[in-house]
Amino acid sequence: MRTSIIECHQLSVDFDGVKVLDGLTFSVCEGDFLGLIGPNGGGKTTLLRVLLGLEKHSAGSVTVFGGLPGRSPGRIGYVPQRLFFDREFPISVRDLVLMGRLSKKNLFQRYNHLDRAKADEAICTTGLERLTERRIGDLSGGELQRALIARALAGEPELLLLDEPTASIDPQMKTTIYDLIEQLKERLTIVLVTHDISLINRYVTKVATLNVTLELSEPDPVSGRERLRAPVPQNSAFPNL
Amino acid sequence: MLQEIFALEFMRNALLAALLSSIACGIIGTYVVVKKIGFISGGIAHTAFGGIGLGYYLGVNPLLGVIPFSLAAALAIGMLSKKAKVAEDTAIGTLWAVGMAVGVICIGLKPGYAPDLFSYLFGNILTVPSSDLWMIMLLDLLIISVVWLLSKEFLAISFDEEYAAVSGLKTTALYLLMLCLIALTVVVMVRVVGIVMVIALLTIPAAIARMLSRSLLGMMIQSVVFSALFSVCGLWLSFLFDVASGATIILVAGFAFLLAQVWRLVSVFLRAR
Repeated sequence: MRTSIIECHQLSVDFDGVKVLDGLTFSVCEGDFLGLIGPNGGGKTTLLRVLLGLEKHSAGSVTVFGGLPGRSPGRIGYVPQRLFFDREFPISVRDLVLMGRLSKKNLFQRYNHLDRAKADEAICTTGLERLTERRIGDLSGGELQRALIARALAGEPELLLLDEPTASIDPQMKTTIYDLIEQLKERLTIVLVTHDISLINRYVTKVATLNVTLELSEPDPVSGRERLRAPVPQNSAFPNL
Repeated sequence: MLQEIFALEFMRNALLAALLSSIACGIIGTYVVVKKIGFISGGIAHTAFGGIGLGYYLGVNPLLGVIPFSLAAALAIGMLSKKAKVAEDTAIGTLWAVGMAVGVICIGLKPGYAPDLFSYLFGNILTVPSSDLWMIMLLDLLIISVVWLLSKEFLAISFDEEYAAVSGLKTTALYLLMLCLIALTVVVMVRVVGIVMVIALLTIPAAIARMLSRSLLGMMIQSVVFSALFSVCGLWLSFLFDVASGATIILVAGFAFLLAQVWRLVSVFLRAR
Protein backbone atom coordinates (compact mmCIF):
# COMPACT_ATOMS: atom_id res chain seq x y z
CA MET A 1 0.00 0.00 0.00
CA ARG A 2 1.52 3.27 -1.09
CA THR A 3 1.39 6.29 1.17
CA SER A 4 -1.46 8.64 0.51
CA ILE A 5 -0.34 12.23 -0.08
CA ILE A 6 -3.56 14.09 -0.86
CA GLU A 7 -6.89 13.06 0.61
CA CYS A 8 -10.07 14.92 -0.28
CA HIS A 9 -13.45 13.92 1.04
CA GLN A 10 -16.62 15.67 -0.08
CA LEU A 11 -14.54 18.81 -0.57
CA SER A 12 -16.58 21.88 -1.50
CA VAL A 13 -15.64 25.49 -2.08
CA ASP A 14 -17.97 28.38 -2.66
CA PHE A 15 -17.33 32.00 -3.46
CA ASP A 16 -20.15 34.25 -2.20
CA GLY A 17 -22.63 31.42 -2.27
CA VAL A 18 -21.68 30.14 -5.72
CA LYS A 19 -20.35 26.59 -5.67
CA VAL A 20 -17.01 26.42 -7.45
CA LEU A 21 -16.13 22.91 -6.30
CA ASP A 22 -18.82 20.50 -5.15
CA GLY A 23 -18.32 17.28 -3.24
CA LEU A 24 -14.89 16.23 -4.51
CA THR A 25 -13.68 12.89 -3.20
CA PHE A 26 -10.35 11.60 -4.41
CA SER A 27 -6.89 10.72 -3.25
CA VAL A 28 -3.42 10.99 -4.69
CA CYS A 29 -0.85 8.42 -3.58
CA GLU A 30 2.91 8.50 -3.68
CA GLY A 31 4.13 8.12 -7.27
CA ASP A 32 0.81 9.02 -8.83
CA PHE A 33 0.56 11.35 -11.77
CA LEU A 34 -2.90 12.88 -11.74
CA GLY A 35 -4.03 14.86 -14.76
CA LEU A 36 -6.82 17.32 -14.01
CA ILE A 37 -8.72 18.41 -17.07
CA GLY A 38 -11.88 20.40 -17.52
CA PRO A 39 -13.28 23.60 -18.99
CA ASN A 40 -12.18 27.09 -18.01
CA GLY A 41 -14.01 28.10 -14.86
CA GLY A 42 -14.37 24.44 -13.92
CA GLY A 43 -12.43 25.00 -10.71
CA LYS A 44 -9.06 23.47 -11.62
CA THR A 45 -6.97 26.36 -10.37
CA THR A 46 -9.21 26.73 -7.32
CA LEU A 47 -8.54 23.12 -6.41
CA LEU A 48 -4.78 23.70 -6.63
CA ARG A 49 -5.14 26.81 -4.50
CA VAL A 50 -7.03 24.82 -1.88
CA LEU A 51 -4.30 22.17 -1.86
CA LEU A 52 -1.71 24.93 -1.38
CA GLY A 53 -3.62 26.51 1.48
CA LEU A 54 -4.27 29.72 -0.47
CA GLU A 55 -8.03 29.20 -0.52
CA LYS A 56 -10.30 27.96 2.26
CA HIS A 57 -12.76 25.17 1.60
CA SER A 58 -16.31 25.53 2.83
CA ALA A 59 -17.26 21.90 3.44
CA GLY A 60 -15.75 18.43 3.52
CA SER A 61 -12.16 17.69 4.39
CA VAL A 62 -8.78 17.92 2.73
CA THR A 63 -5.38 16.79 3.95
CA VAL A 64 -1.99 17.14 2.29
CA PHE A 65 0.83 15.02 3.69
CA GLY A 66 -1.58 14.12 6.48
CA GLY A 67 -2.01 17.70 7.65
CA LEU A 68 -3.90 20.83 6.76
CA PRO A 69 -3.08 22.38 3.37
CA GLY A 70 -0.36 25.00 3.58
CA ARG A 71 1.38 23.34 6.54
CA SER A 72 4.08 21.52 4.60
CA PRO A 73 5.50 24.11 2.19
CA GLY A 74 8.93 22.44 2.06
CA ARG A 75 7.49 19.28 0.53
CA ILE A 76 5.47 20.86 -2.27
CA GLY A 77 6.72 22.36 -5.51
CA TYR A 78 4.32 24.74 -7.19
CA VAL A 79 4.45 25.87 -10.80
CA PRO A 80 1.93 28.68 -11.22
CA GLN A 81 0.49 29.89 -14.51
CA ARG A 82 3.20 32.13 -15.79
CA LEU A 83 0.82 34.93 -16.70
CA PHE A 84 0.54 36.29 -13.22
CA PHE A 85 3.76 38.17 -12.69
CA ASP A 86 5.65 41.03 -14.25
CA ARG A 87 8.01 39.90 -16.98
CA GLU A 88 9.84 43.21 -16.76
CA PHE A 89 10.94 42.37 -13.21
CA PRO A 90 14.73 42.68 -12.91
CA ILE A 91 15.63 39.13 -11.94
CA SER A 92 17.91 36.56 -13.55
CA VAL A 93 17.01 32.93 -14.14
CA ARG A 94 19.41 31.88 -11.36
CA ASP A 95 17.81 34.18 -8.79
CA LEU A 96 14.34 33.08 -9.87
CA VAL A 97 15.26 29.42 -9.40
CA LEU A 98 16.96 30.19 -6.09
CA MET A 99 13.59 31.47 -4.88
CA GLY A 100 12.50 27.84 -4.87
CA ARG A 101 14.74 27.33 -1.81
CA LEU A 102 12.65 29.79 0.18
CA SER A 103 10.54 27.10 1.78
CA LYS A 104 13.68 25.45 3.18
CA LYS A 105 15.00 28.60 4.83
CA ASN A 106 14.09 30.49 7.98
CA LEU A 107 13.44 34.20 8.17
CA PHE A 108 16.72 36.21 7.96
CA GLN A 109 18.67 33.13 6.80
CA ARG A 110 20.66 33.76 3.64
CA TYR A 111 21.04 31.37 0.72
CA ASN A 112 24.22 29.29 1.08
CA HIS A 113 26.29 27.05 -1.18
CA LEU A 114 23.87 24.15 -0.71
CA ASP A 115 20.97 26.28 -1.94
CA ARG A 116 23.03 27.42 -4.90
CA ALA A 117 24.00 23.83 -5.70
CA LYS A 118 20.36 22.71 -5.60
CA ALA A 119 19.36 25.62 -7.81
CA ASP A 120 22.10 24.76 -10.32
CA GLU A 121 20.98 21.13 -10.30
CA ALA A 122 17.40 22.16 -11.08
CA ILE A 123 18.69 24.45 -13.84
CA CYS A 124 20.54 21.45 -15.36
CA THR A 125 17.50 19.18 -15.10
CA THR A 126 15.45 21.70 -17.04
CA GLY A 127 18.22 22.37 -19.54
CA LEU A 128 18.65 26.07 -18.84
CA GLU A 129 22.42 26.05 -18.20
CA ARG A 130 23.18 28.55 -20.90
CA LEU A 131 20.52 30.99 -19.72
CA THR A 132 21.31 31.28 -16.00
CA GLU A 133 22.35 34.94 -16.14
CA ARG A 134 19.61 35.91 -18.56
CA ARG A 135 16.95 38.33 -17.34
CA ILE A 136 13.57 36.58 -17.30
CA GLY A 137 12.09 39.24 -19.59
CA ASP A 138 14.45 38.02 -22.32
CA LEU A 139 13.31 34.38 -22.18
CA SER A 140 10.89 32.77 -24.60
CA GLY A 141 7.62 31.42 -23.26
CA GLY A 142 8.92 27.86 -23.14
CA GLU A 143 12.18 28.84 -21.46
CA LEU A 144 10.34 30.84 -18.83
CA GLN A 145 8.05 27.87 -18.20
CA ARG A 146 11.07 25.62 -17.69
CA ALA A 147 12.57 28.20 -15.33
CA LEU A 148 9.38 28.09 -13.25
CA ILE A 149 9.58 24.30 -13.14
CA ALA A 150 13.26 24.61 -12.12
CA ARG A 151 12.22 26.93 -9.30
CA ALA A 152 9.76 24.33 -8.03
CA LEU A 153 12.39 21.56 -8.30
CA ALA A 154 15.06 23.54 -6.46
CA GLY A 155 13.03 23.14 -3.29
CA GLU A 156 13.41 19.32 -3.55
CA PRO A 157 9.67 18.69 -3.38
CA GLU A 158 7.93 15.34 -3.03
CA LEU A 159 4.75 16.64 -4.61
CA LEU A 160 4.68 18.81 -7.71
CA LEU A 161 1.61 20.89 -8.57
CA LEU A 162 1.57 22.29 -12.10
CA ASP A 163 -1.01 24.79 -13.30
CA GLU A 164 -1.37 24.91 -17.10
CA PRO A 165 2.36 24.52 -17.78
CA THR A 166 1.81 24.59 -21.52
CA ALA A 167 -0.67 27.44 -21.84
CA SER A 168 0.33 29.83 -24.63
CA ILE A 169 3.40 27.86 -25.69
CA ASP A 170 3.89 26.70 -29.26
CA PRO A 171 3.30 22.96 -29.92
CA GLN A 172 7.00 22.07 -30.30
CA MET A 173 7.78 23.57 -26.91
CA LYS A 174 4.82 21.75 -25.38
CA THR A 175 6.38 18.40 -26.12
CA THR A 176 9.70 19.37 -24.51
CA ILE A 177 7.83 20.52 -21.41
CA TYR A 178 5.95 17.21 -21.31
CA ASP A 179 9.16 15.25 -21.89
CA LEU A 180 10.60 17.05 -18.89
CA ILE A 181 7.54 16.26 -16.81
CA GLU A 182 7.71 12.63 -17.88
CA GLN A 183 11.28 12.43 -16.51
CA LEU A 184 10.11 13.95 -13.27
CA LYS A 185 7.28 11.50 -12.76
CA GLU A 186 9.85 8.80 -12.03
CA ARG A 187 10.75 10.49 -8.77
CA LEU A 188 7.84 12.77 -7.89
CA THR A 189 4.13 12.70 -7.25
CA ILE A 190 2.53 15.08 -9.72
CA VAL A 191 -0.80 16.84 -10.07
CA LEU A 192 -1.09 18.56 -13.43
CA VAL A 193 -3.85 20.95 -14.42
CA THR A 194 -4.32 21.40 -18.13
CA HIS A 195 -6.76 21.62 -20.97
CA ASP A 196 -4.46 19.71 -23.32
CA ILE A 197 -6.56 16.54 -23.12
CA SER A 198 -4.86 14.94 -26.08
CA LEU A 199 -1.36 15.40 -24.68
CA ILE A 200 -1.72 14.23 -21.13
CA ASN A 201 -3.30 10.83 -21.71
CA ARG A 202 -0.04 9.12 -22.50
CA TYR A 203 1.79 10.45 -19.47
CA VAL A 204 -0.59 10.32 -16.53
CA THR A 205 -1.59 7.43 -14.31
CA LYS A 206 -4.95 8.96 -13.38
CA VAL A 207 -7.22 11.40 -15.14
CA ALA A 208 -9.92 13.45 -13.50
CA THR A 209 -12.35 15.71 -15.24
CA LEU A 210 -13.25 18.68 -13.13
CA ASN A 211 -16.29 20.76 -13.85
CA VAL A 212 -17.46 21.85 -10.41
CA THR A 213 -17.80 18.14 -9.67
CA LEU A 214 -15.06 15.61 -10.22
CA GLU A 215 -15.11 12.48 -12.31
CA LEU A 216 -12.20 10.05 -12.21
CA SER A 217 -11.35 7.96 -15.24
CA GLU A 218 -8.59 5.69 -16.47
CA PRO A 219 -6.07 7.26 -18.82
CA ASP A 220 -6.29 6.12 -22.40
CA PRO A 221 -2.67 5.84 -23.48
CA VAL A 222 -3.36 4.40 -26.93
CA SER A 223 -5.70 7.05 -28.26
CA GLY A 224 -3.71 9.68 -26.43
CA ARG A 225 -0.56 8.57 -28.20
CA GLU A 226 -2.23 8.54 -31.58
CA ARG A 227 -3.72 11.93 -31.10
CA LEU A 228 -0.32 13.21 -30.15
CA ARG A 229 1.46 11.53 -33.01
CA ALA A 230 -0.65 12.95 -35.75
CA PRO A 231 0.49 16.61 -35.67
CA VAL A 232 4.19 15.92 -35.01
CA PRO A 233 6.15 15.69 -38.26
CA GLN A 234 8.57 12.77 -38.81
CA ASN A 235 11.67 14.95 -38.87
CA SER A 236 10.73 16.49 -35.56
CA ALA A 237 13.43 17.33 -33.07
CA PHE A 238 11.97 14.66 -30.80
CA PRO A 239 12.09 11.44 -32.81
CA ASN A 240 11.59 9.16 -29.80
CA LEU A 241 8.04 10.21 -29.10
CA MET B 1 31.91 78.58 -7.62
CA LEU B 2 32.09 75.19 -5.88
CA GLN B 3 34.27 76.59 -3.12
CA GLU B 4 31.80 79.38 -2.69
CA ILE B 5 29.03 76.81 -2.25
CA PHE B 6 30.91 74.65 0.21
CA ALA B 7 31.93 77.66 2.29
CA LEU B 8 28.30 78.02 3.32
CA GLU B 9 27.24 75.70 6.15
CA PHE B 10 23.66 75.47 4.93
CA MET B 11 24.89 74.38 1.51
CA ARG B 12 27.07 71.68 3.05
CA ASN B 13 24.12 70.45 5.08
CA ALA B 14 21.89 70.56 2.04
CA LEU B 15 24.35 68.52 0.02
CA LEU B 16 24.70 65.97 2.82
CA ALA B 17 20.91 65.74 3.19
CA ALA B 18 20.56 65.19 -0.53
CA LEU B 19 23.15 62.42 -0.59
CA LEU B 20 21.97 60.70 2.60
CA SER B 21 18.31 60.76 1.62
CA SER B 22 19.19 59.28 -1.76
CA ILE B 23 20.26 56.08 -0.03
CA ALA B 24 16.86 55.43 1.53
CA CYS B 25 15.10 56.74 -1.53
CA GLY B 26 16.93 54.51 -4.02
CA ILE B 27 16.60 51.33 -1.96
CA ILE B 28 12.95 51.71 -1.01
CA GLY B 29 12.01 53.31 -4.34
CA THR B 30 13.14 50.08 -6.00
CA TYR B 31 10.50 48.12 -4.09
CA VAL B 32 7.86 50.80 -4.76
CA VAL B 33 8.48 50.48 -8.49
CA VAL B 34 8.77 46.70 -8.86
CA LYS B 35 5.82 46.07 -6.56
CA LYS B 36 3.83 48.84 -8.27
CA ILE B 37 2.73 50.49 -5.05
CA GLY B 38 3.30 54.11 -6.10
CA PHE B 39 -0.23 55.15 -5.26
CA ILE B 40 -0.07 53.45 -1.87
CA SER B 41 3.23 55.22 -1.17
CA GLY B 42 1.71 58.54 -2.20
CA GLY B 43 -1.11 57.84 0.23
CA ILE B 44 1.32 57.18 3.07
CA ALA B 45 3.25 60.37 2.29
CA HIS B 46 0.21 62.62 2.22
CA THR B 47 -1.42 61.03 5.26
CA ALA B 48 1.85 61.73 7.07
CA PHE B 49 1.17 65.44 6.75
CA GLY B 50 -1.26 64.97 9.62
CA GLY B 51 1.77 63.99 11.72
CA ILE B 52 3.61 67.15 10.77
CA GLY B 53 0.61 69.26 11.76
CA LEU B 54 0.26 67.37 15.03
CA GLY B 55 3.95 67.74 15.80
CA TYR B 56 3.77 71.43 15.04
CA TYR B 57 0.69 71.86 17.25
CA LEU B 58 2.29 70.00 20.16
CA GLY B 59 5.49 71.96 19.73
CA VAL B 60 7.83 69.00 19.09
CA ASN B 61 10.13 68.66 16.08
CA PRO B 62 7.64 68.01 13.27
CA LEU B 63 9.95 65.35 11.87
CA LEU B 64 9.57 63.44 15.15
CA GLY B 65 5.80 63.87 15.03
CA VAL B 66 5.67 62.50 11.53
CA ILE B 67 7.40 59.18 12.32
CA PRO B 68 4.63 57.56 14.42
CA PHE B 69 1.96 59.16 12.27
CA SER B 70 3.37 57.91 8.99
CA LEU B 71 3.93 54.43 10.43
CA ALA B 72 0.30 54.35 11.53
CA ALA B 73 -0.71 55.56 8.08
CA ALA B 74 1.35 52.79 6.47
CA LEU B 75 -0.27 50.10 8.62
CA ALA B 76 -3.77 51.49 8.07
CA ILE B 77 -3.33 51.77 4.31
CA GLY B 78 -1.69 48.35 4.13
CA MET B 79 -4.52 46.75 6.05
CA LEU B 80 -7.12 48.54 3.92
CA SER B 81 -5.45 47.51 0.69
CA LYS B 82 -5.40 43.87 1.81
CA LYS B 83 -8.66 43.39 3.61
CA ALA B 84 -11.03 46.25 2.83
CA LYS B 85 -14.37 45.56 1.27
CA VAL B 86 -14.29 48.99 -0.38
CA ALA B 87 -12.15 49.50 -3.47
CA GLU B 88 -8.49 49.91 -2.57
CA ASP B 89 -8.02 53.24 -4.35
CA THR B 90 -11.09 54.70 -2.63
CA ALA B 91 -9.78 53.68 0.77
CA ILE B 92 -6.32 55.10 0.10
CA GLY B 93 -7.70 58.31 -1.41
CA THR B 94 -9.83 58.83 1.69
CA LEU B 95 -6.93 58.40 4.12
CA TRP B 96 -4.77 60.58 1.88
CA ALA B 97 -7.19 63.51 2.20
CA VAL B 98 -8.07 62.90 5.86
CA GLY B 99 -4.37 62.99 6.81
CA MET B 100 -3.89 66.28 5.00
CA ALA B 101 -7.03 67.66 6.67
CA VAL B 102 -5.78 66.73 10.15
CA GLY B 103 -2.51 68.50 9.39
CA VAL B 104 -4.21 71.67 8.17
CA ILE B 105 -6.55 71.81 11.20
CA CYS B 106 -3.71 71.26 13.68
CA ILE B 107 -1.60 73.99 12.13
CA GLY B 108 -4.61 76.31 12.07
CA LEU B 109 -5.30 75.69 15.79
CA LYS B 110 -1.81 76.80 16.78
CA PRO B 111 -1.86 80.54 17.34
CA GLY B 112 0.37 82.59 15.10
CA TYR B 113 1.63 82.16 11.57
CA ALA B 114 3.22 78.86 10.49
CA PRO B 115 6.18 80.01 8.47
CA ASP B 116 7.64 76.65 7.51
CA LEU B 117 4.43 74.85 6.60
CA PHE B 118 5.27 75.45 2.99
CA SER B 119 8.67 73.83 3.40
CA TYR B 120 7.12 70.57 4.63
CA LEU B 121 4.79 70.45 1.67
CA PHE B 122 7.36 71.32 -0.96
CA GLY B 123 10.68 70.76 0.79
CA ASN B 124 13.38 73.18 1.73
CA ILE B 125 16.69 71.43 1.75
CA LEU B 126 18.51 74.70 2.49
CA THR B 127 17.16 74.84 6.03
CA VAL B 128 18.10 71.32 7.14
CA PRO B 129 19.55 71.54 10.66
CA SER B 130 22.41 69.20 11.67
CA SER B 131 20.10 67.33 14.05
CA ASP B 132 17.95 66.28 11.11
CA LEU B 133 21.02 65.02 9.30
CA TRP B 134 21.68 62.63 12.18
CA MET B 135 18.09 61.45 12.06
CA ILE B 136 18.27 60.87 8.30
CA MET B 137 21.47 58.90 8.80
CA LEU B 138 19.91 56.73 11.51
CA LEU B 139 16.87 56.03 9.35
CA ASP B 140 19.19 55.13 6.46
CA LEU B 141 21.01 52.64 8.68
CA LEU B 142 17.74 51.14 9.87
CA ILE B 143 16.41 50.78 6.32
CA ILE B 144 19.64 49.23 5.04
CA SER B 145 19.75 46.71 7.89
CA VAL B 146 16.14 45.60 7.52
CA VAL B 147 16.45 45.29 3.75
CA TRP B 148 19.72 43.37 4.11
CA LEU B 149 18.22 40.96 6.64
CA LEU B 150 15.03 40.39 4.69
CA SER B 151 16.31 40.68 1.13
CA LYS B 152 15.17 37.23 0.01
CA GLU B 153 11.74 37.66 1.62
CA PHE B 154 11.22 41.13 0.13
CA LEU B 155 12.34 39.85 -3.27
CA ALA B 156 9.83 37.01 -3.03
CA ILE B 157 6.84 39.14 -2.06
CA SER B 158 7.71 41.76 -4.68
CA PHE B 159 8.03 39.23 -7.46
CA ASP B 160 5.15 36.91 -6.74
CA GLU B 161 3.32 37.28 -3.45
CA GLU B 162 1.32 34.10 -3.96
CA TYR B 163 4.42 31.99 -4.44
CA ALA B 164 5.92 33.58 -1.34
CA ALA B 165 2.83 32.57 0.63
CA VAL B 166 3.01 29.03 -0.74
CA SER B 167 6.64 28.90 0.42
CA GLY B 168 5.46 29.53 3.95
CA LEU B 169 6.23 33.24 4.26
CA LYS B 170 4.04 35.53 6.34
CA THR B 171 3.35 37.73 3.36
CA THR B 172 0.97 40.18 4.98
CA ALA B 173 3.36 40.93 7.86
CA LEU B 174 6.24 41.37 5.41
CA TYR B 175 4.14 43.62 3.21
CA LEU B 176 3.19 45.81 6.18
CA LEU B 177 6.85 45.99 7.21
CA MET B 178 7.73 47.07 3.69
CA LEU B 179 5.10 49.82 3.86
CA CYS B 180 6.57 50.93 7.20
CA LEU B 181 9.97 51.27 5.54
CA ILE B 182 8.29 53.38 2.84
CA ALA B 183 6.82 55.54 5.61
CA LEU B 184 10.28 56.06 7.14
CA THR B 185 11.66 56.93 3.73
CA VAL B 186 8.94 59.52 3.36
CA VAL B 187 10.11 61.03 6.66
CA VAL B 188 13.65 61.18 5.30
CA MET B 189 12.49 62.83 2.08
CA VAL B 190 10.23 65.46 3.64
CA ARG B 191 13.14 67.87 4.14
CA VAL B 192 14.45 67.39 0.65
CA VAL B 193 11.46 67.58 -1.65
CA GLY B 194 8.49 67.82 0.71
CA ILE B 195 5.44 65.62 1.09
CA VAL B 196 3.72 66.56 -2.14
CA MET B 197 6.68 65.63 -4.34
CA VAL B 198 8.10 62.65 -2.41
CA ILE B 199 6.49 60.19 -4.73
CA ALA B 200 8.34 61.50 -7.78
CA LEU B 201 11.77 61.07 -6.22
CA LEU B 202 10.74 57.68 -4.85
CA THR B 203 9.74 56.33 -8.25
CA ILE B 204 11.68 58.13 -11.01
CA PRO B 205 15.25 57.03 -10.16
CA ALA B 206 14.09 53.43 -9.64
CA ALA B 207 12.05 53.44 -12.84
CA ILE B 208 15.09 54.53 -14.85
CA ALA B 209 17.30 52.01 -13.01
CA ARG B 210 14.89 49.18 -13.83
CA MET B 211 15.51 49.69 -17.53
CA LEU B 212 19.21 48.99 -16.96
CA SER B 213 19.40 46.27 -14.32
CA ARG B 214 19.21 42.51 -14.10
CA SER B 215 18.86 42.19 -10.35
CA LEU B 216 17.12 43.97 -7.53
CA LEU B 217 20.45 44.79 -5.87
CA GLY B 218 21.78 46.31 -9.09
CA MET B 219 18.60 48.30 -9.46
CA MET B 220 18.91 49.60 -5.89
CA ILE B 221 22.50 50.74 -6.36
CA GLN B 222 21.64 52.46 -9.63
CA SER B 223 18.58 54.17 -8.18
CA VAL B 224 20.66 55.47 -5.28
CA VAL B 225 23.14 56.91 -7.78
CA PHE B 226 20.40 58.44 -9.95
CA SER B 227 18.63 59.84 -6.94
CA ALA B 228 21.84 61.44 -5.66
CA LEU B 229 22.59 62.79 -9.11
CA PHE B 230 19.16 64.39 -9.48
CA SER B 231 19.24 65.85 -5.97
CA VAL B 232 22.70 67.36 -6.34
CA CYS B 233 22.00 68.66 -9.86
CA GLY B 234 18.69 70.14 -8.72
CA LEU B 235 20.32 71.70 -5.70
CA TRP B 236 23.06 73.26 -7.82
CA LEU B 237 20.59 74.60 -10.42
CA SER B 238 18.34 76.03 -7.73
CA PHE B 239 21.36 77.81 -6.23
CA LEU B 240 22.36 79.08 -9.66
CA PHE B 241 18.95 80.44 -10.60
CA ASP B 242 17.76 81.19 -7.09
CA VAL B 243 14.59 79.08 -7.33
CA ALA B 244 12.95 76.55 -4.97
CA SER B 245 15.29 73.59 -4.43
CA GLY B 246 12.72 70.78 -3.97
CA ALA B 247 10.85 71.72 -7.12
CA THR B 248 14.08 72.00 -9.10
CA ILE B 249 15.14 68.51 -7.98
CA ILE B 250 11.81 67.12 -9.15
CA LEU B 251 12.09 68.90 -12.50
CA VAL B 252 15.58 67.48 -13.03
CA ALA B 253 14.28 63.99 -12.22
CA GLY B 254 11.26 64.44 -14.47
CA PHE B 255 13.44 65.62 -17.33
CA ALA B 256 15.77 62.65 -16.88
CA PHE B 257 12.76 60.32 -16.92
CA LEU B 258 11.62 61.86 -20.18
CA LEU B 259 15.09 61.45 -21.68
CA ALA B 260 15.20 57.81 -20.57
CA GLN B 261 11.86 57.11 -22.22
CA VAL B 262 12.94 58.80 -25.45
CA TRP B 263 16.18 56.83 -25.35
CA ARG B 264 14.21 53.61 -24.87
CA LEU B 265 11.95 54.38 -27.82
CA VAL B 266 14.92 55.27 -30.03
CA SER B 267 16.81 52.11 -29.10
CA VAL B 268 13.75 49.95 -29.80
CA PHE B 269 13.36 51.72 -33.13
CA LEU B 270 17.03 51.22 -34.03
CA ARG B 271 16.94 47.55 -33.08
CA ALA B 272 13.84 47.01 -35.20
CA ARG B 273 15.58 48.34 -38.31
